[in-house]
Amino acid sequence: MIRRRDILKASAGLLAAPAIITVAAAQSTFDWKQFNGQHIEVSLTKNPRSDVLQRKQKEFEDLTGISVGAEQIPEQQQRPKVALEMASGHPSFDVLMVSLHVSKRLFGRAKWLEDLRPYLANPKLTAPDYDFADIGAGAVTTATQADGRMDSLPINPDLWIVYYNKALFKERGLAFPTSMDALLDVARQLTDKNKGTYGFVGRGLKNANVPVWTSWLLGQDQYTVTPDGKTLLTDTPQAVWAAELYQKLMHDCAPPGSIGFNWNECQTSFSQGKIGMWLDGVGFSAPLLDPKSSKVADSVGFAVVPKGPKAQHSASFVDAMAIPAASKTKGAAYLYCQWATSKPIMAEVLRSGSGTPARLSVYTDPAVVQANKFGKEWLDTVMQSQKISAPGLPEIVPVTEFRDTIGIALTNLIAGGDAATELKKATAAFQPVLDKSNAA
Amino acid sequence: MATALTAAAGTGTIGSVPGRRRNYARRYWAFAAPGTAVVLAVIVFPWLFTVFMSLHEWQPGAGTSWVGLANYVHLFTDPDFGWALLRTLYFSVLAVVAPLVLGIAAAVCFHQRFPLRGVARTVFILPMMATPVAVALVWSMMFHPQLGVLNYILTSLGLPPSQWTYSADTVIPTLVMVETWQWTPLVMLIVLGGLASLPVDPYEAAKIDGASFWQTFRHISLPLLWPFIVVAMVIRTIDALKSFDVIYVITVGGPGNASTTINIMLYQQAFSYYHLGYASAIVVVFFALILAISYLLLAVRQNAQ
Repeated sequence: MIRRRDILKASAGLLAAPAIITVAAAQSTFDWKQFNGQHIEVSLTKNPRSDVLQRKQKEFEDLTGISVGAEQIPEQQQRPKVALEMASGHPSFDVLMVSLHVSKRLFGRAKWLEDLRPYLANPKLTAPDYDFADIGAGAVTTATQADGRMDSLPINPDLWIVYYNKALFKERGLAFPTSMDALLDVARQLTDKNKGTYGFVGRGLKNANVPVWTSWLLGQDQYTVTPDGKTLLTDTPQAVWAAELYQKLMHDCAPPGSIGFNWNECQTSFSQGKIGMWLDGVGFSAPLLDPKSSKVADSVGFAVVPKGPKAQHSASFVDAMAIPAASKTKGAAYLYCQWATSKPIMAEVLRSGSGTPARLSVYTDPAVVQANKFGKEWLDTVMQSQKISAPGLPEIVPVTEFRDTIGIALTNLIAGGDAATELKKATAAFQPVLDKSNAA
Repeated sequence: MATALTAAAGTGTIGSVPGRRRNYARRYWAFAAPGTAVVLAVIVFPWLFTVFMSLHEWQPGAGTSWVGLANYVHLFTDPDFGWALLRTLYFSVLAVVAPLVLGIAAAVCFHQRFPLRGVARTVFILPMMATPVAVALVWSMMFHPQLGVLNYILTSLGLPPSQWTYSADTVIPTLVMVETWQWTPLVMLIVLGGLASLPVDPYEAAKIDGASFWQTFRHISLPLLWPFIVVAMVIRTIDALKSFDVIYVITVGGPGNASTTINIMLYQQAFSYYHLGYASAIVVVFFALILAISYLLLAVRQNAQ
């Protein structure tokens, strides 16, 4: 007896056949099992993207037959660990997540990482549906060394945006500012120290505070070093303008004690509903939208960094996947990097609100967009910020020292220092360090 | 007779003392070898290697080059090192004196008999059992200028709020407060042990002579306790000088460089900037400093005994 259900099943099978054949053809041309039985160790930094990778790890192991040992280490500890291990020539890992905004030039100079261009060009190693062209051009540029080697695959550009408290704006009858100058005005109007309400909060702690200043500096369409990486541009009139804006916001409009604030104190303050705006990485959206830990879960707004006098940019900080040149299982490691930066994983990262993937197609995937838990405003802000993203830190080897030196100057500004004097002093102190590093 | 003894000692064959020692060493050297090897491998070799590194420009990924004493010259002309040294001394003095004073007071208090004394002693030593990093994280939440419980308490009492670790002026005393909270119980335990071992006769004599509590404490307890106090002082000084975890977790050396002690500077130079040669020079100089202070304290202890 032919049942209606059987006919429907058969019809569905026929309709799905072309798609199945396409996938099968793609799969048949690529051998995911070519390194079956090998084992790789993966060193990840602690963040929600790494959580996704570890949650999905079993899928990779089933797909490839490669066993994976992965561990997450807080960023501040992972950076020196991987650097010192690679300097020893015998790293304990075959894949690493690398913060390009800190380690790019150090790793590039030492040639510790495998150049991935030959891998990408090899159809035996790269799946036909990998679609490298889908990865944002800005992120690819960041992942490319000065000599043209591409020694990492971008996974996540952390974009800086402005979180704002819609309830506070509504209460004062204010609209979100469209320029950096207007942002200062609005921050002043929102500040009422007697009521404990402040218009702005941002990082004041040395080192951590530098991206706040560079975000304003990008509004002047200026980086912190010349394109050749040799001369500092940290005491130019544009740099002083950005420092003065930083000083006014942090001194006049930020809560007391913000001189020692890192992102966590900013997040805590903003989530209590007494702060108008907070400039920081988009990665802090999840805790702000969690009603258990945030009083602004219903009223938090997301906005692109307003335009400056000459340009509008969102400072970005790119994380990438890489393979140590000393790894003994580079093929298996490459398959892991490829899988970690593939469309399905990136889609899962965006869907779950774990980050802002480097792949552009996921932002227009209706299934992902609909399932994204942060809503349209967040998604629009991220997409627009992607388009105007620019590196938030200079691509130099001693970038941490740069952040500390400039960071001290910025801290001094909050305490009442003169912007031009402080930046001149910091520039004079750091230029010899940069010269020495370039000469090494 | 004298000639015979000299001859015997010279040959070492008729049971002479030096000869016995030589034989003893020859027969039993194998027992000392594992311990010696471990000491050489984990103490002597790393130390010598650190000295070796301090004479080089040593950066991962940029090779190494011999620079002689250049790192030391840089160190003694580096104002950051001078400030870090001063901050270390400032922090250490406060972090030794405060727990000592409070620990002695607590020991005297807990030496008296009162109900639930055992429970109170146990509660008092709880902070010492906590992990320093966990302690630091909890304190850092309490120090938050707007949302921390400490400012809530201050303002509830009608007092002005403090910036705690968020101000260059108050950061070191505040960090000392955490150290004091955690390590006063250690001093208390050492001094309490000392109090329990003191003879009762001098106290009975003082009582008969009509001495007050303060006179008894000042002229009997304190002098007799002095060797115990010096032990507590030595332990606290070494702990305070090497303090890193609490400072790093709470302030990372900030605001600005206001709490950058030598240990924090050392960590930054080695693991943030990768200046391993310069960081090694800091280690060597800091080691010499600790050695000098330890020698001084041991001399004080010798005098106390």
